Amino acid sequence: MAKSSFVYVTFIKTTPEQLWTALTEPEFTQKYWFGVRHESDWKPGSPWKMVFKDGRVGDTGEIVEIDRPRRMVIKWRNEFRPELKAEGFSRCVFELEQMGEAVKLTVSHSIEQDQSKFIEAVSGGWPLLLSNLKSLLETGAVMLIEKP
Amino acid sequence: MDDDAVFRALADGSRRLLLDRLHRKNGQSLADLCEGLEMSRQAVAKHLGVLEEANLVAVQWAGREKLHFINPVPINGIAERWIGKFEQPRLRALSDLKRALEKKGRS
Repeated sequence: MAKSSFVYVTFIKTTPEQLWTALTEPEFTQKYWFGVRHESDWKPGSPWKMVFKDGRVGDTGEIVEIDRPRRMVIKWRNEFRPELKAEGFSRCVFELEQMGEAVKLTVSHSIEQDQSKFIEAVSGGWPLLLSNLKSLLETGAVMLIEKP
Repeated sequence: MDDDAVFRALADGSRRLLLDRLHRKNGQSLADLCEGLEMSRQAVAKHLGVLEEANLVAVQWAGREKLHFINPVPINGIAERWIGKFEQPRLRALSDLKRALEKKGRS
C-alpha cells in the first residue's frame, strides 16, 4: 500500500483538558496557528474547517472519531491548492497522553498516496505550530506570530 | 523535553545517519533501517532507542511491525530558541518593505 505519512510528538507541561481546548477552540487555535481558526462542533461525522484571518477557507474535512480529551481523528483535505486538493482526503490523528506533569501530544498525518505533495506541505508546518502551541500553553506567549 | 538528551543524541554520526535515512524515507522498520549499513542490528536498535528517548524519533505500530518516524519538533524548538529571535524582526522588516514598495507602486 503506497502511503505518505509523518508522526510528530511533543511534550507539553499542561493538562489533557487544556490541550484539548487549545486544539478545538477557534479563539485559541488562532493564537498559535497564525490566525487560523479551526471550526467544528466536534461531533463524529460533523464538518470541520480551517478558516484564515481574511475569511478564506483553507482546509476542510470531517470529524471521524472523537474521544475527549484523548483522541481525535479528522478527515482532512486542502481546498486552495489544486494539486493538493487533487490528492483527496488525508487522515490526521491527534493523541493526548498524560505523562507525569506533561502531556504527550502525538500528531500523525497520512494519505494513501506515495510521495504526497499534501503531506510534504503540511509536514513543514507542523513543527512550527507545535512549538508555538507548546510555548503558548507553558508560558502564555507564542514564539512566532506571523508565518515566516 | 530535555535539550541535553537531544544534543547527546545528535552528537553521534551513526545516529545522524539514521535520522538522514528517516528524513529520506519516513516510517521504516528496524530491518529497513539496517539494510545497507555496516552496523549490527543490535547497534542500530540501540541508536534508535537513544533517538526515541530524546524524542527525535517517534514510533508507531503497524500490526506487529514497529515503524520509526523522524520527529523534528525538538530541533525546531532549539532553532526557535536562538534563531527565531533574530529571524522575526528581519521577516517583519521584509514584509514592511514589501508593503511600502507596493504602496509606492500604486500611487
